[in-house]
Amino acid sequence: MAAPVRNHVWVGTETGILKGINLVKKQAANYTDVSSVTRDQEVNAMCWGDPQESEILMGCKDGTVKVYSAEKSKFTEFHDCRGGEGVFRGLGVVDNAIITCVESGLLKVWQEGASDSLELQVGAGVQKMRHCDAHRQKVGTGGKENDLKIWDLQKPEEPIFRAKNLRNDWLDLRVPVWIRDLDFIPDSDKIVTCTSYHQIRVYDPSSPQRRPVLEAMYGEDPLTALSITPDGRSVVVGNSHGNIAVIDLRKGSVLCTLKGCAGSPRSIQCHKSMPLVASCGLDRFLRVHHLNDKELLHKVYLKSRLNSLLLTSRDKWEEEERVAPVDQDVKDEEDEVWDGMETVEEKTATKRQAVTREPDADGVVKVPSSKKQKKKKKVA
Amino acid sequence: MPHIIYSAWGSTCPAARPPGSVNNSCKYSDAPAEGHGAPGPSLEQDVLLPPTFSVSEIKNKQRHHYMFLKLKQDRRREKLALKKKRKKERVALGDKAPPKPVPKTIENQREHDETTETDEFAPYFNKQTTPKILITTSDRPRGRTVKFTEQLSSIIPNSQVYYRRGLALKKIIPQCIARDFTDLIVLNEDRKVPNGLILSHLPDGPTAHFKMSNVRLRKEMKRKGKDPTEHQPEVILNNFTTRLGHSIGRMFASLVPHEPQFTGRQVATFHNQWDYIFFRFHRYLFKSEKRVGIQELGPRFTLKLRSLQKGTFDSKYGEYEWVHKRHEMDTSRRKFHL
Repeated sequence: MAAPVRNHVWVGTETGILKGINLVKKQAANYTDVSSVTRDQEVNAMCWGDPQESEILMGCKDGTVKVYSAEKSKFTEFHDCRGGEGVFRGLGVVDNAIITCVESGLLKVWQEGASDSLELQVGAGVQKMRHCDAHRQKVGTGGKENDLKIWDLQKPEEPIFRAKNLRNDWLDLRVPVWIRDLDFIPDSDKIVTCTSYHQIRVYDPSSPQRRPVLEAMYGEDPLTALSITPDGRSVVVGNSHGNIAVIDLRKGSVLCTLKGCAGSPRSIQCHKSMPLVASCGLDRFLRVHHLNDKELLHKVYLKSRLNSLLLTSRDKWEEEERVAPVDQDVKDEEDEVWDGMETVEEKTATKRQAVTREPDADGVVKVPSSKKQKKKKKVA
Repeated sequence: MPHIIYSAWGSTCPAARPPGSVNNSCKYSDAPAEGHGAPGPSLEQDVLLPPTFSVSEIKNKQRHHYMFLKLKQDRRREKLALKKKRKKERVALGDKAPPKPVPKTIENQREHDETTETDEFAPYFNKQTTPKILITTSDRPRGRTVKFTEQLSSIIPNSQVYYRRGLALKKIIPQCIARDFTDLIVLNEDRKVPNGLILSHLPDGPTAHFKMSNVRLRKEMKRKGKDPTEHQPEVILNNFTTRLGHSIGRMFASLVPHEPQFTGRQVATFHNQWDYIFFRFHRYLFKSEKRVGIQELGPRFTLKLRSLQKGTFDSKYGEYEWVHKRHEMDTSRRKFHL
């Protein structure tokens, strides 16, 4: 375990265990001491600690936030982030400060070392707090009878956007609100939410309209999780019966469904650049689907109910496992495309050297690498 | 002669010496006590010390045997005296007596095992709860279903049949929890035929939904035995192999109290084959060392799992752990889920 852990997926379970899965080597391991965990340490939220994805933050049911360092391969910090009532509904990191949000609606920013933390009341019944990747000061919240609000952490007095409920229905009854998950569409201001009433809604804060600009329905069961595809044009949603569908965000139509799920997904995440989507949930399986050909690429049984998941944003998964440093140099010479990624390359190179001391990776795994590389070149 | 040796032994073990045995050796017995108490005893005192002595050092076999018996007798006498004294004290204290200490057994000193199941059924299997079951039906049950509920409740100990009276399940469940029911069974009927069963574990789920078929009542059975007695039956769970199968099996097991009454010779069987769960209820009899006779008491029915839902019954907003999707899952005839 001395070498840094290079897992592709990290999963937090209902029993409080952090599991790491290397999809290329097809290995899964527990990174929490199994004998010490109890059900009070159930993992409710997870996020990356830094942009390099070397640290993982886990929000547990007992109000602690654990920091796992993948490089040191151990838990480095334990923060006591108790406050408010209920479990963590979202976790984020901004400039070494941890953002937590609990069910009762208390959003807190825990500065390192500082005793006074920024506190924010976002309304009761929060089901999800999501931190925006592009604008690090922006968070979105929503929940049961608590419509979407977007907050700027620099101006915490008022939300910068507050959604307005739909008009009353044809019986002149109020439309109920129950947001289960939300996400920010990259390269735009727009936000997607999914609800327990099987609606998918798109809000656009840049337009004067506070009501959703698009509403789509999927199935008849509550939607539990969502994730935006890398191109930002569609969204992957899962419902409580274990149906996962890709929904087009321009027309609101179902593009395709991803088969194989038996239980309700708790967390879905798309890869940042590759057309991959990982999902996990109550059926105790981690599944990785290919977005374009709907194929089930990986299916890993992880023994306990899975609550949250983090998918790495690295690409070239097979290479990093078994590229010798010599090959590396040759590649650098022949391919100018990679020059733009110098900093990352150096880092990975050192890691690779460390890795090569170990015996090479065994079996060859069919992850569609050729396609990805071709795509890369086109983009460049 | 034996007396002297006995007193010498007494000097090493002052606690075991009977009170009032005063003799020459008493001087010696006091000396070591002082010697131990005072740090750095002088040489003279050391000389005065009697040689340390224990029964095992006696070389003479007969003598050794005799002394050993004596030692055991003494110990026993002392133990009984202590017991008597404690009992007397307890009687004297009456109600204020401290609670009796729990005897140590290998069972209750079991080492912690991290893989012990900690699911919703753990309280039952840790013998913290005893099952109490409520059986009800869909609204306005007809003849056969009513009889079936009665027969089901005669099989499951500590179960009560209630009329549904048009109540919503979501309203029944909090009342059940308040009355300490551990399970809720709801039978569904379609055109006088029982066709569905909802089994919900209380207070925090899970809830299983089964399709029910081939219900045969006691009256319709051939070669049936006499009516079952009120003994707690044994439970046989056959062939529940997968993770899902285990949780379903644990669910059935937790319907019946832990300790079966073997005198009743009654056994309830849940046999899983091809994801169909066959229920049978038998009485057995050991005819000889090799032969055993069984007699079916009924009723019998077949179940097939439709879904397993986390939490108590909430079909609309509940989260499902497993849903049977025929077109997706039943692609291979050799794939089974339980």
